[in-house]
Amino acid sequence: MDAGVEQAATLRIALIGLPNCGKTALFNRLTGSHQKVANYPGVTVERKEGSFTAPGSQRRYRVLDLPGTYSLNPTTLDEAITRDLALGRLAGEPQPQLVVLVADATHLRLSMRLILDVQRLGLPIVVALNMSDLARRRGHALDRARLAEELGVPVVDTVAVSSGGADELIAQIERVAPTLGAATAAGAAATPGAWVEPTAAEVAQTHERVRHILDAAGYREPLRSRFVARADRLVMHPLAGMFVLAALLFVIFQAVFSWAAAPMDWIDAGVAALGEAIGTALPEGLLRSLLVDGVIAGLGSVVIFLPQILVLFLFILALEDSGYLPRAAYLLDRVMGSVGLSGRAFIPLLSSFACAIPGIMATRTIPHLRDRIATIMIAPLMTCSARLPVYALLIAAFIPATAVGPFNLQGIVLFALYFAGIVAAMAVGWVMKRLTGGGDYRPLLLELPDYQWPNLRNLLFGLWERAQIFLVRVGGIILALTILLWFFSTFPAPPAGATQPDIYYSIAGLIGRAL
Amino acid sequence: MTTVTTGSTTTLAALRRGDRAVVERVADDGERFGDTRESTIARRLLELGFVPGAALEIVASMWPGDDPLAVRIGGSTFALRHHEARAVHVRREVR
Repeated sequence: MDAGVEQAATLRIALIGLPNCGKTALFNRLTGSHQKVANYPGVTVERKEGSFTAPGSQRRYRVLDLPGTYSLNPTTLDEAITRDLALGRLAGEPQPQLVVLVADATHLRLSMRLILDVQRLGLPIVVALNMSDLARRRGHALDRARLAEELGVPVVDTVAVSSGGADELIAQIERVAPTLGAATAAGAAATPGAWVEPTAAEVAQTHERVRHILDAAGYREPLRSRFVARADRLVMHPLAGMFVLAALLFVIFQAVFSWAAAPMDWIDAGVAALGEAIGTALPEGLLRSLLVDGVIAGLGSVVIFLPQILVLFLFILALEDSGYLPRAAYLLDRVMGSVGLSGRAFIPLLSSFACAIPGIMATRTIPHLRDRIATIMIAPLMTCSARLPVYALLIAAFIPATAVGPFNLQGIVLFALYFAGIVAAMAVGWVMKRLTGGGDYRPLLLELPDYQWPNLRNLLFGLWERAQIFLVRVGGIILALTILLWFFSTFPAPPAGATQPDIYYSIAGLIGRAL
Repeated sequence: MTTVTTGSTTTLAALRRGDRAVVERVADDGERFGDTRESTIARRLLELGFVPGAALEIVASMWPGDDPLAVRIGGSTFALRHHEARAVHVRREVR
């Protein structure tokens, strides 16, 4: 089989759906461990690609999990990527040959509008009706055959969280697949230039059509469940909600420190033992110095953060999945808005008190690009836990422990240092707001999805993904810098009969003295 | 048990928790927003289901000044600030 035939045998599928529609769970279900997370070139939008082989035909499929969107008329960079990719406008990304539209059965009205929106692109579509089990349990009768007939596309039931939930979808893709290659070969695929964004009147018409189709399929709007109503009365209460949030954050940060402490000690001890083992196995020399002081010390300084990052992300992913995160953003919208940040910036910033690295990684939950960048710029100004021992040491050395009224001067200085970090962050936030478009208004328009139990499988997938990103991307940079530092502090070697420590003669020593 | 729907016309920003209303229209000031400046607030509101005739209920509001609001509409719940809520003209439902 030559490369050309291989290429033709691999079909490109794109998953499109609303945010929170269970799209990622379906993606995990379809592709299993065959997935790769990267960024679209030049932007901070995550690109998730996977592949699977259909059990029957042994045909291979490439699946792209596009960022969740409400519309092809974008308001965020994520949504723009989804539209451009679906249109084949994105450089280096061929247009998908088939779109799997993931619709949330408990939430069909907006999903249907998106389906009709995407249908205008002219790409073949299969609708995956997600969470249909949940909808059925809530007693929403839906005539699926009628729905498919009205839409003119296949509609399959998927239960993304259970095994075998994607079987019917794969079977349907297999039924459509043979016709796709032919259509593309004949140049019958959608022409990117042909699409024009619908007008406001057309949006209203689409809603009218959605109403008509849903009426025909016997769909009734889900009522807000009594549980959600009761939970929201507490969680979204201006005062009680803040207490719930504070309690949650307290538990999270306790966990970040206490759960991660033991694994961090093990890593520390493991790295030291490894360094020692190699140190005794190798003869004294440059290679040993590079391995022990450069590579192993560098790796150790990266891996040591992993437990904290995993614990923090376990909570962030669970809160995200459960539907709590947008509610926290709602509660904090006023507070964060006063310094020009989004309510969603709160968790990354608070995480930065533990460590700026997971804090910056957590900014991916902020939808608007400029808010995300502003938060990333501010996060390192928060006093992270690694700075605490340094502060403590310097304060103990330079500040006398005199009493100032009922307080200790040392404690006041420590508080002032933390406070200065927050003030600096607010100042930078304010300046960023001025610089990036003079206080350009970004509306809230935030969906508050119904509460859901986080799915363990998805949590594990999410954690695995974060661990990989951290170790490969962040770790690579830290390791390279550590080796560079090792080089600077080792070369040139001290002359024979040197009286000063080795570092005195190195490049680092020279730079230090010059400064 | 008859619901009288001849309430006064106002904007979403004037409603409080527990209020119900029906959307009359969404005013478009034409100002584009977002990372790529390709959409207006009114347009996004329409896409989210704030279309004429849609029934809505305020399910939560923040202190002080009931801003932001959480609105239940068309089977979904959205949080929005008074800034964007002012664009939604509604007829208040009087029970």
